[in-house]
Amino acid sequence: MSTDYMLQLQNISYSYHTLHGETHVLQNLSFGVKDGEFVAVVGPSGCGKSTLLSIISGLLAPESGTIIVNNPDGSIHYPKVGYMLQRDHLFEWRSIYKNVILGLEINDMLTQERKDYVNRLLEDYDLYNFRDKRPSELSGGMKQRAALIRTLALDPQLLLLDEPFSALDYQTRLSVSADICKLIRRTGKTVLLITHDLSEAISLADRIVVLTKRPATVKCEMDIHLTLADDSPLAARNAPEFAGYFNKLWEEMRNAENE
Amino acid sequence: MQKMNESVTVSESVKQELFMKKHHMHHQQVSLMRLLLLVFFLIVWEFSANTGLIDSFFFSSPSQVLILLWEMCLDYSIFGHAGITLFETLLSFFLVFIISLITATLLWYSPKLSEILEPYLVMLNSLPKSALAPLFIVWLGTGTTTIIVAGISVAVFGSIISFYTAFTQCDNEKITLIYTLGGRKTDVFRKVVLPSSVPLLLSTTKVNIGLALVGVIIGEFLAARRGLGYLIIYGSQVFQLNLVILNILLLCLIAMGLYKGIQIIEHSIRKKMHL
Repeated sequence: MSTDYMLQLQNISYSYHTLHGETHVLQNLSFGVKDGEFVAVVGPSGCGKSTLLSIISGLLAPESGTIIVNNPDGSIHYPKVGYMLQRDHLFEWRSIYKNVILGLEINDMLTQERKDYVNRLLEDYDLYNFRDKRPSELSGGMKQRAALIRTLALDPQLLLLDEPFSALDYQTRLSVSADICKLIRRTGKTVLLITHDLSEAISLADRIVVLTKRPATVKCEMDIHLTLADDSPLAARNAPEFAGYFNKLWEEMRNAENE
Repeated sequence: MQKMNESVTVSESVKQELFMKKHHMHHQQVSLMRLLLLVFFLIVWEFSANTGLIDSFFFSSPSQVLILLWEMCLDYSIFGHAGITLFETLLSFFLVFIISLITATLLWYSPKLSEILEPYLVMLNSLPKSALAPLFIVWLGTGTTTIIVAGISVAVFGSIISFYTAFTQCDNEKITLIYTLGGRKTDVFRKVVLPSSVPLLLSTTKVNIGLALVGVIIGEFLAARRGLGYLIIYGSQVFQLNLVILNILLLCLIAMGLYKGIQIIEHSIRKKMHL
């Protein structure tokens, strides 16, 4: 296997254990993520995509298999991972500002430099004027942006997104994913996005990894090259290659479910 | 068009005013009826006692109670008795809060410990605590310590269970969030579990203040030379029913005052935390 992967999963397996028995969730799953790459993971619902993210983020330890780290600077320490969950989970008892600095607070990293960085992010995301508001006073899209800032405040090298747009209505979803895409591209962060929305995956990702149904393993990988008018997911949906990728992906997903 | 808009706002504000007026009137009526009910009760009581409809030796009367209260105010004795009961109740309440918070926190940190202790807690919570009072007297003697322990014993087990339940009801995904941000179990407790439990902790606390008073009065019945509970028992033994009824009425006032006090604290905490 090539060594230009920043993070490489090799033969990862994982099972859940309950009194009713064992559930194999992941089986011999292998793929890699390159530095600065935007990878989308799609698969049948309930195939263990969230488990996969929990393993990469270090919340769960794989039962077998290894994760090989190969940072661009040659170091081998595990990259700092930012994990954004499906729902925003902003705390109502904290203001927006207090919510986004939660990670800094926990890690004892509340330096002036970090605070400036957070304030810059709040400005970039049009949330600066809402920093003293409570989460319930914000729209769904704004809350999701605040949750992303909370993740980015810790300056992660690898960003894990677990269907971060699924709680939003369609219109908000398009604009928020456009926003987030733009910012992430600008920072050059490596991203792993889980989604069940195929058009979202095609419009955002450089590469798509298709998983089989449970126990999940990699069914196929697909590089995405779109001819773009500009760098927005809406433009991507109008790219000439879009329909072709969509049909191919659709076919793979149907096979994955029927296998 | 401009004019129409204006007329709409005007009619809305009139309706709003009407609504406010109605709301205000409703509250006034409720307050008035409450007061009238009390006055009616006192008049009927006084009248029945004076006309011999009820025996004022057993049932006392508002005027006799007031006279006794005046006398006890003049020699300051009532302040000492009410004060000691209030002090014991507040101290028991405070200790119940501290003990429950610490114990429930430990139980949350160790699910195994909570599983081991669960049946004992349930049993102790269901046990009528007045049954323990004679034991406390033998162990601790008669005095303030016994009374405060009695006050604690009534509220503490239910309080521990409620606090622990509040901690365990915390949203699991919010807990995961703390772990994804690099937090540890202590962070989970401090940043999510404790703050999200505040509403339930507050409502438990409101119940606890009443229970602490119950425990203190039980304690004073059995092991005191001072306090409202002592006066009630003393009064009944020497057949001074005026004294019994006066102290029961004072207890009513204290119970209500304590509840209101906690309610004010609760309100300010809720407002501060935007709950």
